This record gives sequence, C-alpha cells and structure tokens, in this order.
Amino acid sequence: MGVHENMKRVDAYGKVTGDAKYTADLMTGNLLTARVVHSTIANGVVKAFDLEEALAVPGVLKIVTCFDVPEIEFPTPGHPWSVEVAHQDVADRRLLNKRVRFYGDDVAAVIAEDEIAAVKAARLVKVEYEEYDPIISVEQAMEEGCVPVHENVPDNVLKHTGFIVGEESYQEAVQGEEGLIFLEKVYETKRVQHCHMEVPVSFAYMDGSGKLTVVTSTQIPHIVRRVVGQALGMSWGNIRVIKPYIGGGFGNKQEVLYEPLNAFLSTQVGGRGVKLELTREETFISTRTRHPISFDIRAAVRKDGTLVARRLKAYSDQGGYASHGHSIVANAVNQFKQMYRDEKALEVDAYTVYTNLGVGGAMRGYGIPQSAFAVEAMVDDLAGLIQMDPLEFRLKNCVQAGYEDPHTHVKFYSYGLLDCIRKGRDSIQWDQKRKEYDNQTGDVRRGVGMAIFCYKTGVYPISLETASSRMVLNEDGSIQLQMGATEIGQGADTVFTQMASEVLGISQEKIYIMSSQDTDVTPFDTGAYASRQTYVSGMALKKTAETMKAKILDYASWKLKIPAVRLDIAQDAIVMREGRDRLLGLEELAMEACYSLERSSHITAEESIHCVDNTFSSGACFAEVEVDLRIGKVKVLKILNVHDSGRLINPKLAEAQVHGGMSMGLGYALSEELLYDDQGRLLNGNLLDYKLPTSMDTPKLQAEFVEIEDPTGPFGNKALGEPPAIPVAPAIRNAVLHATGVAVDSLPLSPQKLVKCFKEAGLI
Amino acid sequence: MYDFNSCYLAKSVDDAIRALEANPAAVVISGGTDVLIKVREGKLAGCDLVSIHDVEALKGIQREENHSIVIGSASTFSQVVNDSIIQKHLPMLGEAADQVGGPQIRNMGTIGGNICNGVTSADCGAPLLAMNAVLETECKEGKRQLPIGEWYAGPGVTVRKHGEILTKIRIAEKDYRGYTGHYIKYGKREAMEIATLGCAVWLKLSEDKRRLEDIRLAFAVAAPTPIRCRKIEEQLKGRELSPNLYEMIGKGALEEVSPRSSWRASKEFRLHLVEELAKRAFGQAVLNGGGVDLA
Repeated sequence: MGVHENMKRVDAYGKVTGDAKYTADLMTGNLLTARVVHSTIANGVVKAFDLEEALAVPGVLKIVTCFDVPEIEFPTPGHPWSVEVAHQDVADRRLLNKRVRFYGDDVAAVIAEDEIAAVKAARLVKVEYEEYDPIISVEQAMEEGCVPVHENVPDNVLKHTGFIVGEESYQEAVQGEEGLIFLEKVYETKRVQHCHMEVPVSFAYMDGSGKLTVVTSTQIPHIVRRVVGQALGMSWGNIRVIKPYIGGGFGNKQEVLYEPLNAFLSTQVGGRGVKLELTREETFISTRTRHPISFDIRAAVRKDGTLVARRLKAYSDQGGYASHGHSIVANAVNQFKQMYRDEKALEVDAYTVYTNLGVGGAMRGYGIPQSAFAVEAMVDDLAGLIQMDPLEFRLKNCVQAGYEDPHTHVKFYSYGLLDCIRKGRDSIQWDQKRKEYDNQTGDVRRGVGMAIFCYKTGVYPISLETASSRMVLNEDGSIQLQMGATEIGQGADTVFTQMASEVLGISQEKIYIMSSQDTDVTPFDTGAYASRQTYVSGMALKKTAETMKAKILDYASWKLKIPAVRLDIAQDAIVMREGRDRLLGLEELAMEACYSLERSSHITAEESIHCVDNTFSSGACFAEVEVDLRIGKVKVLKILNVHDSGRLINPKLAEAQVHGGMSMGLGYALSEELLYDDQGRLLNGNLLDYKLPTSMDTPKLQAEFVEIEDPTGPFGNKALGEPPAIPVAPAIRNAVLHATGVAVDSLPLSPQKLVKCFKEAGLI
Repeated sequence: MYDFNSCYLAKSVDDAIRALEANPAAVVISGGTDVLIKVREGKLAGCDLVSIHDVEALKGIQREENHSIVIGSASTFSQVVNDSIIQKHLPMLGEAADQVGGPQIRNMGTIGGNICNGVTSADCGAPLLAMNAVLETECKEGKRQLPIGEWYAGPGVTVRKHGEILTKIRIAEKDYRGYTGHYIKYGKREAMEIATLGCAVWLKLSEDKRRLEDIRLAFAVAAPTPIRCRKIEEQLKGRELSPNLYEMIGKGALEEVSPRSSWRASKEFRLHLVEELAKRAFGQAVLNGGGVDLA
C-alpha cells in the first residue's frame, strides 16, 4: 500500500480489454464531420475561394473559410496564462488564416453529414492565392529584404536572447593564454515529430443554454478551455472541455490544436455535434514538431582537460507560427550552462526564427534533446582533441552536487549524476571496451559511447506552477479522487492513487480516481507537460490528502471521544497513533458521517498548491554499437539509461517510462527526420516514409536508477517523464565516433549520410 | 470510410473479366493493400472496384506434373512464406515475401498484386525475375503466358490490359532445380519498409560446388522497373568461384543499372548499394548452395 511499490496500473484492465474510452469511442450519435482545407502553398495570401463544386457534393452542409471567422488572433501553446502582458504567449493565429504561413496552413473547413462527403468536398475547394517565395531555411529568413512571415516581426527573428556566465566575453577569455586547444563546429538537429498513436481528435456541441462542450484528446484540458474562450471571444465559464483517455501526446497535445476551430464549427451549424479527426498525414503536416536547432560552437580547452571557455550561437527554426516559440531554444541553451563549468566564460546567443516550414512546438524534453546532442557531441570532440577519455573529461568538467543555476536559481536539491555515470561505466564495461575497440580495422567495427544530461522537473520560475486536487469520502469508506492533472498514458492515475493511499492510510483498491477531466467539475491544473505532475500535482494531492485525513480524524475523535492527535488511519481503519490498536473501521465511520442523525457531515477536501520549488534530475546513457561501414548501418548492441530521478513512486512504471523515452531517442539518433522540398512541402509525412523505429529495430532497452530522496519532492521524487529521451542520440553518435573515428555532427545518423561520411574519411 | 462507388465481388475469373469489360474504369482489387491506399489518398477516390478476393481458383501453390511450381496470384504473402513447396524449392521467394510491410499487410496483400502494381520496389519482383517466372493471364480473348521480363512497361505500369487478370505465376523446374539464392532488402528499418534497394542472386553451383553453372542477378529500385543484369550474368557463367568474382559482379552490376535520385535516396547512394549488395547477396547465395564464401 502506498508509494515506492509496483502497483498494477489502475487502467490496465480497461486498456487491455478495450473497455477504456478514448475520444473516438465517444463519438456516437448523429455527429457531423468536419474536414480542414489546407493550403497548397507555403507562403502567401488567400485572395478568393471558389466553393461551387464543393458545396454541390451531396451531404455537405456548410463550408467556412478564412473570410468567415472572427478577427481574433489567439495563442496556441499550453502554457499557464500570464497575467503580465509582457509574458503572454504570442497570439498569431486565427481559426482559419488568410495569410498562409506554411504548406498545410488551415484556410477553410467543410462540415458534412459524413466523412466521405467532407473529404470529397475539401478536395474540391478551389483557392486563389497571391504567392510569395517559400522561406525554407533560417539563413534565408534572416537575409535582408526577406518577406516577413509575420508583419510585426520584420526581420523574421521572433526573439533573440543571450547571456554570459563569467566576468568576460569568450574572446577576452581565450586571448592571451598560450597553448589552448580550440574546437569550432556546427552541430545540427533535425525536425521530428511525436508520433503519438492517437491522432488529434475532438468533437464539439452546444446545449440549449448555449454552453459549448468540446471533448478532446489533450494533455491540457483547462488550458484548452481558456484558449477556446479567447479564440471565439466567449466567456470561459460557458465552455466545457472533457478529456477522456488519450493515446499519447508527447507535447503535441500540450498545444491547443483544432479544439477552437471544432468549437466554432459547431456554433456555425446551430450547435449540432461536429467531430474533427485529423489523418496521420495532416498530423505530420499541420500540427507541431520538434524544432530543428543548429548550434554554432567555439570552445577552448587546456591539455589537462579543463574547459576554459565557450561561445554558442543557437538558431531555432520556428516554422510558420510562434506556438511555444522562443521558450524552446531558451531552455535548450541552458544545457550548455548547467551541464558543464567553463573556467572563464560562457557566452550564449539564442535566436528563434520564423520560416515557412512545419511549426515547432513542445515535444518531450522541450529543447534539451537538441542541445544535449550538441553539448555531448562537443564534449567527445573536445576530449578527442586532447586525447582524453570522454568519461574522464565529463567527470572533470560536469555539474557537481549543490549546483544552482545563476539565473533561474533552479537547484540540484538531490544529486546522483556521478553515481549514474559510475553505474553505467560498470554495466557497459566502459574502460575495458574503450581499449578493446581502439584501433580497429575491417568493414564492421564496434564502439561504446555515452552522454549525460540534467533536466529541471517543473517550469518554475519561468512559468507559474499551480495544481489542485479534490477528495470525497464515500459512505463505504472509499475515496473519490479528482485530479486536474491528466493521465496521458504515462501512468499518472496510478501514481496518484498510490500517493493518496500512502497519505490517507486507505488501501489502493478503495481509492477511485476519476481519470477523465471535465473542466465543469475537475479542479484546476495546467496539465501534463514538463515532468511536473508527480512533483507539482503530487504536492497538491499530498496537501489535499492531509486535509482529508485531518477531517476524518476530527470526525473519528468526536465519535470515539479520543483527541484527534492521538488517532491515525491505517489499513482502512482508525487506529491509535501509539500502539496502532484498531478502533473503528473506516467503512463504519463513513456510513455514520453520512447518515448520522446526530452529526451528518459529508467529508470532502480540496486544496491547491502554488509550487515555488524546482529541482534538477539527471542521468546518463551508455551505448555499444556495431557499424557496418559499407552499408552505413548502425546496430545498437547494448543500450542503458541510468536515471537520477529521486525516489521512484512506482519502479515498474518508471522503467516503462524509460523504455519509451529511449525508443524515442533511438529514432532521433538513427532514422527520424521530416523532409521538405524547395516549395516547403512535406515529403515524408506518413508512417511509411517517416522512419519511426519498429519493434524489429529496437534493441533490448535497459533502465537503471540511482534512487536518492529529493527533499523538495512530495515523496522524494523528481523529473522522469521527459529525461529518458534526452541522452540517447548523443550517446549513439559518440559510440559511432568511437567505432569509426568519424564525428557525425548532424542528426539523424542515417545510412546515406554515414556512407558519405565514411567515404570522405577514407574508410570505404 | 473508403470512398469507392461500387465493389463487385467476382465469383470466378470469367465473372471478374466480364465485370471489368462492362466497366472500362473499374479497378481490380485483391488484398487491397495498394488499392485502398490509393482510394484513401484520393487517386482512386470514387472508383468502381471488381474484387477477386474470393475467387478460389486464384489461390493455392502447387507443383504440376512437369514439376513446375504454380503460385495462384491471389496467394497472400503469408501463404507464400509458409508454404512447404516454396520453403523447399524457392526459399528466396519466401524470404522476400516475408519482408513485405508488417504481419497484417502480409496476411492481406497478395503476390499477384505485388506484380500487377508494377512498381520497381516490389519485394517479389526481383526474385521472380531471377527465377524466370512466367505469368499466366486471362482475358476475354483467352489465356496468355509471358515471361516476367516482358511484363513491366515502366514505373508502375505493366502490359496487363484492362479486363485481363493475372492468374498464375509459374516457375519451371529448370529454373529452380539445383538453384539456391539470396535476396537482400535494403531499407532504413527492419520492418514496415519500402526497399531503398533490393538485390536477388539466384545461382546453380557445379556438383563439386566450385564453379558457377548459372547465375541470375536481379534488382529492385535500381531502375524504373525490376531488372536483370544479363551481361554480367553471361560473363560469370561457368567460372570457378574465386575472390575476384565479387569485384566482377559488383562492378558489372553498375554497368547495367540506372537508379534515380529521389528524396528517399540519392542515385549515388543507390549505386553504392548496388555494388555492395550484389557482392553480399552473391556470397550468401554461394554459401546457401554449399559453396565457400570467398569474399
């Protein structure tokens, strides 16, 4: 009973049997079907529509175009709303857009009686455009005279920020010291997508009183309610958002995607129910992606392995709309500062630049998988320049216990990084294999590589951290538990149940968590993103459970005539705090509380937490690979993630979380990349041509932990949701470097690229 | 929901031919793993379908009296993979069929569809080319038989006429008895993949396993259609196995292929693979035939 145990998932039975209801399972009854018409140019302006043929398709009710929607620009990222105007998200989208900013932008929507009619009509909508040259690179976007993607951003630079750590600039730091060794490189990551199994899907309807309900597959129901209100210019309380089970999100559903349009379409047909389900192809083209970021790095080291100074310029390709915008690269560059100490100076500039490509948004790791690739590749390259073991280089320069970020003041309240490195070093037999695989010849070569990272748990102090929870005592002594925090497949409902059980002394079987969020009744939470819920929402739950317990004991005290301070709850009963004698079953107490003719009292508790703590988690990945040089194939022989994530609430679920993240990292490392043509059109937007690894491509994934109690976590816990995806790609890149001596500086390490690199290096 | 106008469920080959003749725009559907994708993409939206899915005469794999192996065109990839005749005599074809898509696709898609879609990347194309398969079709004028080498007319185009149904794929005894082979599907991942390049080597070793009595080399995605490399085959026939054959087959293949650049892979990379995979498939085919891989 309680935390730190392998409780079976509370949703296991429902999900295995198919009983669990997802949004599409609820789309019953006489719903209309909506289909979005996407632009077939990347950059330009819609001049006119010819809807004649489309409207003639039998079953088509209505076609709404960008000329018919409210003239309201709204923001889409799933951030807590900022009450300070300066910190509010960029509002740059309408429900449908006249100004086309990427190939696949939303310009019209068809509402029809069924899917076939909607699809047919959408194909028949004719759009007349004024076209501009597509902007398909950051360099092009930043050229003087380039057409602005957004008029209010004339140079296409959404934002530029920077910082210096140390007393001097990079140039000042490195001049005047003899014998420094320099590295100058550009490391590049590519645009990839989340590939959650369930595509974005929602349906919306109005009831007689005018209340607008949206049922949607989202990570962030309360934020969806706010944005639907903003986009439609409606009172937020008149909007109701319901989140059933969801089939993954990974950040793409930490975004308000099509819910506002779906809601608006319902209002256009008298409040009738309208469903809007994207295809996989639309999901690739028109939802969000992981930002491609290029990292232009200069670094100086001493021969003894001391990192002296670095200068970084990072350029993030935003695509056509701001979405999460500069938050991503701003978070990314922090990895340079937080992970390694520069003796003299670290100088950083970060740019977010609009282009006409797919829109960058939140994706597991929020910029850190990108920068971890660059930082960790840089480390191996620097170690190579001075012929130092890259693990030793890390030990010499990496972040130490007690570190506090000089700007955000986020701290390592618990620190297990060195233990992670030690554990991985032993498990992969690092020292032995680094020697064994040196100086290989032949067409098939092996190598070992590693990468480390740190990652903050919540979003404080960059953003607000707030959460709440509610509990109700049922007549039989069981508990209804409501969380604003969302289950998105990660197991949140299960760990919350464990937490409630732990604090209340009530067995897990008697805690009924309501998995679905309904903003009309569910307490507020900003939702599933960052790696926050077990930490922040866990705090809210703990506080609520403590209040609940106090209320139950208060009632018990009245009933038993024993002071509450001498009572406790254990194994579903009121017990003496000292001696643990069982006094009264909770079932009996609850029945009495509800129906007592003397003192009927409905025991409930609700608390919210404003979290002003944050703590770093960390970890390492170690990989052993075999490279078939002549065909450019990398086979991962062994791969191991070791995580410093505080105490684990549910070790089995934690392990599963690591497996999923590692799988995502493997695709990032070796095969995934969204490709565009020179018109900004996505070429491989389907699951055949976008190379998500299959189970056949996946080696055994090994997850290990260093469990150190974090004093700020509600149960000694800290981030684990996103971290597993972070270190995998650089570890594999570095293993390939060890195997072949070839440093590949861009992702993914795809066969064609590797063969080219190996040829240039004279290996084949 | 799929947008097709009608779907006629043919009861026999003749019935299917009649239905096709009655509607010049109708499309033949068997397993549906290609056709339904095109319907969904809009390329065949609103079409009329003639289904041969339930025509029993098109299913099954047998050996005829003269020992020819006959594969019914509506045999699924899974049936080909698991068939004992294929496993015994044409293992390379089974291995190629086993690399199509994933399990669900292999349970639905058919070998006949793989040939009739005419694409260069079809996994069964190169192996069947190497095996000198003969295709038997039926139309209202009657039956015709043509070597698979005469089947392909261009990328995604075959000589099959409207109203003509591929019924059988036949491999004569002389084209498999004593042969062994190896097919390499090269893709970016291990399943759910379209070939970046495919290479089939089908060869017959002398009794002492030291000489090549015959060799066929075929490629997928090395040209607009699946192709054979007959010039290098001729040069290799009769030669003693030796390390320099690998260089010969690799370089020789390069003379006969004409891959193109696409966003999926560059011409240069495909040429590199042609040479490398020809060597590897050759080496493995020799091993499978009981010879020694001298690479």
